[in-house]
Amino acid sequence: MDTSNLKKVDIIFSKVDNPLQILDKALQKSPDDIINEIIDSGLKGRGGAGFPTGLKWKFTKNEDSDVKYVICNADEGEPGTFKDRQIIEEVPEKIFIGMALAAYCIGAKEAYMYLRGEYNFLKKDIIPKMEWFNNEIKNRGLDVTLYLRSGSGAYICGEESALFESMEGKRGEPRNKPPYPTKAGYNNKPTSINNVETLVFVTMIQHLGVEEFKKLGTKDSRGSKVFSISGDTPIPGIYELELGMKVSDFVREFGDGDTKAVQIGGASGFCVPRKNFENTIIGFEGIPTGGSVMLFNSSRSMYNILHNYLDFFVEESCAQCTPCRAGLQQLLKGIEAIKRREKPASYLNELIKLSQTMKVASKCGLGQSVANPFVSIVENFKEEIIF
Amino acid sequence: MAKALINLKINDIPITVEEGTTILDAAKKLNIKIPTLCDHPDLSVAGNCRVCVVEVKGARYLQAACATPVAEGMEIYTNSQTVRQSRKHVIELLLSEHNADCTSCSRNSKCELQDLAAEYHIFDRVLLDILDPENLIADISSPAIKKDISKCIHCQRCVRTCEELQYVSALAVIGKGAEQHIGTFFDYPLNEVVCTNCGQCVLHCPTGALTERNYVEEVWDAINDPTKHVVVQTAPAVRVAIGEELGFAYGTRVTGKMVTALKRLGFDSVLDTDFTADLTILEEGTELLTRLKRALVDKDPEVKIPMFTSCSPGWIKFMEHLYPEMLGHLSTCKSPQQMFGAVAKTYYAQKKGINSKDMIVVSVMPCTAKKYEAQRPEMRSSGYQDVDYVLTTRELATMIKQAGIDFMSLPESDYDPLMGESSGAGVIFGATGGVMEAALRTAYEIVTGREVPFKNLEITPVRGFDGIKEATIKIEGTKPEWSFLEGVELKVAVAHELANANKLVRAIKEGKLHYHFIEIMTCPGGCLGGGGQPYPVSWEIRQMRAQGIYSEDENLPLRKSHDNPEVMQLYEEYLGQPNSHKAHELLHTHYFPRKKYLN
Repeated sequence: MDTSNLKKVDIIFSKVDNPLQILDKALQKSPDDIINEIIDSGLKGRGGAGFPTGLKWKFTKNEDSDVKYVICNADEGEPGTFKDRQIIEEVPEKIFIGMALAAYCIGAKEAYMYLRGEYNFLKKDIIPKMEWFNNEIKNRGLDVTLYLRSGSGAYICGEESALFESMEGKRGEPRNKPPYPTKAGYNNKPTSINNVETLVFVTMIQHLGVEEFKKLGTKDSRGSKVFSISGDTPIPGIYELELGMKVSDFVREFGDGDTKAVQIGGASGFCVPRKNFENTIIGFEGIPTGGSVMLFNSSRSMYNILHNYLDFFVEESCAQCTPCRAGLQQLLKGIEAIKRREKPASYLNELIKLSQTMKVASKCGLGQSVANPFVSIVENFKEEIIF
Repeated sequence: MAKALINLKINDIPITVEEGTTILDAAKKLNIKIPTLCDHPDLSVAGNCRVCVVEVKGARYLQAACATPVAEGMEIYTNSQTVRQSRKHVIELLLSEHNADCTSCSRNSKCELQDLAAEYHIFDRVLLDILDPENLIADISSPAIKKDISKCIHCQRCVRTCEELQYVSALAVIGKGAEQHIGTFFDYPLNEVVCTNCGQCVLHCPTGALTERNYVEEVWDAINDPTKHVVVQTAPAVRVAIGEELGFAYGTRVTGKMVTALKRLGFDSVLDTDFTADLTILEEGTELLTRLKRALVDKDPEVKIPMFTSCSPGWIKFMEHLYPEMLGHLSTCKSPQQMFGAVAKTYYAQKKGINSKDMIVVSVMPCTAKKYEAQRPEMRSSGYQDVDYVLTTRELATMIKQAGIDFMSLPESDYDPLMGESSGAGVIFGATGGVMEAALRTAYEIVTGREVPFKNLEITPVRGFDGIKEATIKIEGTKPEWSFLEGVELKVAVAHELANANKLVRAIKEGKLHYHFIEIMTCPGGCLGGGGQPYPVSWEIRQMRAQGIYSEDENLPLRKSHDNPEVMQLYEEYLGQPNSHKAHELLHTHYFPRKKYLN
């Protein structure tokens, strides 16, 4: 382990003796001071999209509105991602502190955790802890209340605007942007929506200090990140690692000696073939991820893997926009047709063109990102797709 | 406050527009056409079809022109290679999941998807056909509306129409992914759900996914059956819209040509629903005055005030589903269509010496709900189904074309006698506020012996397209028998579109608003914007049709329903008085409470 170029980190799950002291300490600062610290830290959203957290808070704070909201996005649905669940189970108070601080900074009185429907079994633990926390912040004179909301199991509701629709009791379909959530989010009010892990980092930056956080990572990818590691690895699980590592270093640590490809960023992420391990970086300067990294060894059929991803998306597209709804079905049925020799191998080029249209013309991130796995698998493993 | 101005360039052409303008509207100002499908001027923005995507310099993704507001310094390209490729892909994707058997579709040659496919030369389809064969079975359970999801392009215009305009939400998006479709409550057939049959979804559908149930062949069969005497009635709003299907400008009055065309089609008698519109005024006006007397003089606690009009069958079904406890507020008068059917198969048959069973009554309506109304079991006062077939304006235009009639060059004719005479008051039934205006012209005169105190009888406060209109008329100088109304301020309201009607009814139910008499029309603009009218529809088109209707009123020699000599003859020879026993048998009906989601 010591020879590894990977740096394992213990920030997110670290035990803090009296976490409420972090809150007390932070509340002595002004909202602007906290926001500037978060901006200075370089913290980017840990859900995958990587928007600078401090800026999001600043934009929301600057909106002129009596009502604003904080939302913790706990709709962890990307295939291969399972780290938020453990964070919620192990260090919920750190999430709550992050939510309370976000509310304090932007001027919100209500902060919601939107929990994935499949995680409803966690509610029995979260609710009493949330009640305890609400009491604690009330005792501190902070006019913020935390609430819990449940999703119903649609992948698309992890997309922020679909999440708002879902919270409003409507069908979870992404909205047109602009307006962005910082201007018009939940109930069309300014809303700061952050991933579970992001909020914990906010708490821990307050605890450890900006400089400690900045010591980790690279210029574009500050700090560490919790990874959900699965697939052909002898040691699957959840690991917090410093950002900016090479895929080759990652594979040396987690691979089984026979890794032929690594899928970074879940089903909507990119597939990196062995030949590119050395020159690919995991981080915002390379391939960003919400935490999912899947390793595949030579026993795996990349056709089956792609088929599996497409199957998932065909089912989970909200289906409102044409490129995503019909395009996905075309990609899935298209590779099946090629496999069955009903379409020539050259039809793959048509499908790649189609996936490029899906990338630029779809309404939300789901349709826009399908080209990532499709093109990266098809171009790197063409023989496996055709034959 | 004036809006800020935004400077931008579209295809390198500079333009300045107000803040908040969409890219689509900015392009329109430059006469640059950007294709659309999910966009409709009556509805909220969806941005889901993606056919209007354009390139914005510096943006990672293409933007939907219909949904993206302009920003300072934007440089937009509406015809770049990426845009063209994306647009062609979107159209081909829609075709790949579409039942593109165009020749068997009633929207053939009037389909927005077909137009785009032609424009973008989608001749060689590259992509796979992914239409689910299960979708090929259309829902024809409703007598009014056919739903064929194999033609659906998922634009959700129908869903937004049903929710935003009509507050009904009979249609909704169900399921996700490949299973997503436009359905009803638990996918029950359309005739079992809350659908009011208004047909606004049909009017707003860009393809043949939602169409009217077509009865053209049945009507041809009836016309060509020598044993049948076939009469036809035409609703007020048809005469200012059918021309649009046959070469005339929006809203052109073509009454005389339409009558000639109907005679040439072979109808035995061409009569006017306006006649029974006038009759409705006498029945409904009398009912209103009776209710007011019971309330003001008899202090009868049972009497229901306000009284709502009952001409619009979509509105009736809406009330039966959503406000069953308020059905007593609805006038018991049948709609003019159904009064016509009942009188035709009794009085007219008798006068003509025809056996009612040998009569076929055909209606031409701007409406799809009338198809449903005609089949209601209550509507058999003559002993037979009073109205046999209901055609929309569009269906009649089809018949005229099929018969090879050159509509534009037709001479004009008058309606046939007995039930063909009408007043301007009957004509304005076709516009929102028209029934109210017609009723006031008559009721005020019955009560005071004088004409309504409005210049040229134009009761302007109830005209126009405001969603909810109000007026107060002080009744002064009453005749002795109406002295209980002396000094009463008659408060009336008018609403069109069921979403507006809902607001009004809710406020009344909650005791926040008080009126004596309320006119409700199901469709935007009233019948002239009905679900059976020609495509397309917008407020500009509705406005032109309204102008047609009001000019028809202005130009008729008779302006008040009680001046219609044929109506008076009907009372003298057959019905006796308004609201008489006989009138009640033929001209009045009752309503049934229904459930909130299902029939």
